[in-house]
Amino acid sequence: MTRELTIKDALNEALRQAMEADDDVVLLGEDIAGGAGRDEAYPEAADAWGGPFGVTQGLLGQFGRDRVMDTPIAETGFVGASIGMAIAGMRPVPEIMYVDFIGTSFDQLLNHAAKLRYLYGGKVSVPMTVRTVTGAGFRAAGEHSQTLYSLYTHIPGLKVVAPATPYDAKGLLLAAIQDSDPVIFMEHKRLYMTTGHVPEEPYTIPLGTASIVRAGDDVTIIGVQKMVHTALEAATELEQQGISCEVIDPRSYSPLDTDTILTSIRRTGHLVVVDESHPRCSLATDISALAAEHAFHDLRGPVRMVTGTHSPVPFSPPLEDLYVPDVPRIVDAVRSTLDQGRKGAEAVAHGR
Amino acid sequence: MIEDRDTLLGLWQRMTRIRRFEERASTDKEADLLEGYIHNYSGQEAIATGIITQLRADDWITSTYRNHGHSIARDVPLEAMTGELLGRTTGVCGGKGGSMHAVDQDLGMIGGMGIVAGGMPIAAGAALAARRRGQDRVAVTFFGDGAVHQGAFHESMTFAALFNCPVIFVCENNLYAETTAVDYHLIAGSVIAMAEPYGVHATQVDGMDVFAVRDAAEQLIARARYTGRPALLEAMTYRYGGQYEGDTQTYKPPQEVAQWRARDPLLTFRRRVTEPGLLTHGDLDEVAERSRVEVADAFAAAALAPWPDPSVLLTDVYTEIS
Ligand SMILES: Cc1ncc(C[n+]2csc(CCOP(=O)(O)OP(=O)(O)O)c2C)c(N)n1
Ligand SMILES: [Mg+2]
Repeated sequence: MTRELTIKDALNEALRQAMEADDDVVLLGEDIAGGAGRDEAYPEAADAWGGPFGVTQGLLGQFGRDRVMDTPIAETGFVGASIGMAIAGMRPVPEIMYVDFIGTSFDQLLNHAAKLRYLYGGKVSVPMTVRTVTGAGFRAAGEHSQTLYSLYTHIPGLKVVAPATPYDAKGLLLAAIQDSDPVIFMEHKRLYMTTGHVPEEPYTIPLGTASIVRAGDDVTIIGVQKMVHTALEAATELEQQGISCEVIDPRSYSPLDTDTILTSIRRTGHLVVVDESHPRCSLATDISALAAEHAFHDLRGPVRMVTGTHSPVPFSPPLEDLYVPDVPRIVDAVRSTLDQGRKGAEAVAHGR
Repeated sequence: MIEDRDTLLGLWQRMTRIRRFEERASTDKEADLLEGYIHNYSGQEAIATGIITQLRADDWITSTYRNHGHSIARDVPLEAMTGELLGRTTGVCGGKGGSMHAVDQDLGMIGGMGIVAGGMPIAAGAALAARRRGQDRVAVTFFGDGAVHQGAFHESMTFAALFNCPVIFVCENNLYAETTAVDYHLIAGSVIAMAEPYGVHATQVDGMDVFAVRDAAEQLIARARYTGRPALLEAMTYRYGGQYEGDTQTYKPPQEVAQWRARDPLLTFRRRVTEPGLLTHGDLDEVAERSRVEVADAFAAAALAPWPDPSVLLTDVYTEIS
């Protein structure tokens, strides 16, 4: 029997199972339970919230405040403390409420979590999982809508994971928590209510394995987190036009499953990368460069990137809708690389 | 202090405008007429009003995502605020910022910041710039009780104290940081206690009483202006609504809102001015009704205002488009 869960509930179940399996797994973050300071006077307060999106709801009741820690708004403090807890044998899971707020704890991630193992010659490891929330299209403006995938991917020592389905959300979160390295685990705010099959028993998905979410022959589309779904919609539309798209979700950006991506590109000869982040130094440019360097002779058309713009995410709905990549832009990009490829092939055939 | 009629009516006008604005924003949000986050300021009107009416026109202000009250107290045109809430060209940011960033540079409102404590060092810097440029402008930075745990709070206080920045740190202690109660998170016991080690002069005041806030602000602003030293004001208040519209507020004890509403800043003001006969209920009702109409007109105008042109998506990223 298939059991359908939302991504939100799949994540909640993963956290619960990780905590049941290992007493050293502890959650820390702002309002992740909610109602701190009201437990005695008003017990209903506790656990009423579970974070702004309700992902951690109900965990306080089972595990108590020592393991579901509502922190002050002090990201440097609780992210840094998580590093110390991890070095000292625990598996902390701090939550940065929105990825945009990570700036306030960035030094601890950039210079400590990411580097200690290397700089100390492999003598320590930092098994912590930083959960955080990404994504535009929420009418939340420029300081609550970023994705910043590439900011973390750029840093050696950090692993970066971003699920797009409930199945992947649970399996990747359990894998991240069991992993011996610091993992930035990114949850897209507009995917929390996406439903799909999730097995009840705990399972893990190895970090660094891409998923081919739709097989096809004419073009490879790489979707970055929520854009996997937009790419799938575009693929359905393109199928009606006789174009067969292969859609790949890398799922983890560091490590990146370059084999699966390159194998597909070599076979289809066309690459479109869809990433809602800003275009410069993004996953879109990173994966495009991968193709340029390692699949140049297999490419039969120009690589196309469908991304957000080189601007902050605006509030105004019509502007924000222009910012976020949509189906028509992906369809255009696919048609454009195929057309260019065809013209190029004709030119060669005519000896021009 | 002798209270002249116009001053009193000015305070009342701002407080009623804020309350009506926030009530309207709340119902419109509930009716799905507004997109994005709305952080309601209801209950805290006396603080924005008491402080900002004591500022000079050229003084600086930084605010937060909960900035409507500060903007209205600073006389930001209501239509420009509603325009921003609706993402229209008429908005203070042309629609790019939305509710959390609605501000007015022409009025010294540097900005509403979405990151907790983000405005504090910026205000300290604006205050320092004024001094370095031979001006006697001061800066006020508004923030909540939860913000004092940020490094930015401590780093800006030490910066402001060391470099003599005439900045007034205003903590609106409304009992909660999101769902987290202040008696749980505020380990120092009070915010004024946190200013002391930095040598920042600090005062606590009843934030539900606009007269108390105004008198404290007058002194602190004058002090900052003439000594060039930073100061901190902790105003004790209460957030009637949730963290944002739509928050279920299950973490609030049942009687709490009613207890604080009994000390409502608008009710308190009404009593304080009608009992000694400074103003009549009729005077107050007339202004309150005008505020309601102004707010309704502003929302109506915004709903008819044009959407931004697609081309502006890429403007303002840099000073010049390259
Ligand atoms: C650095 C950072 N961390 C977390 C948040 C999310 N957040 C927004 S408001 C808020 C609570 C702030 O409480 P307080 O400072 O008391 O201000 P209030 O909302 O009560 O006015 C939190 C945690 C944020 N915006 N920035
Ligand atoms: Mg507060």
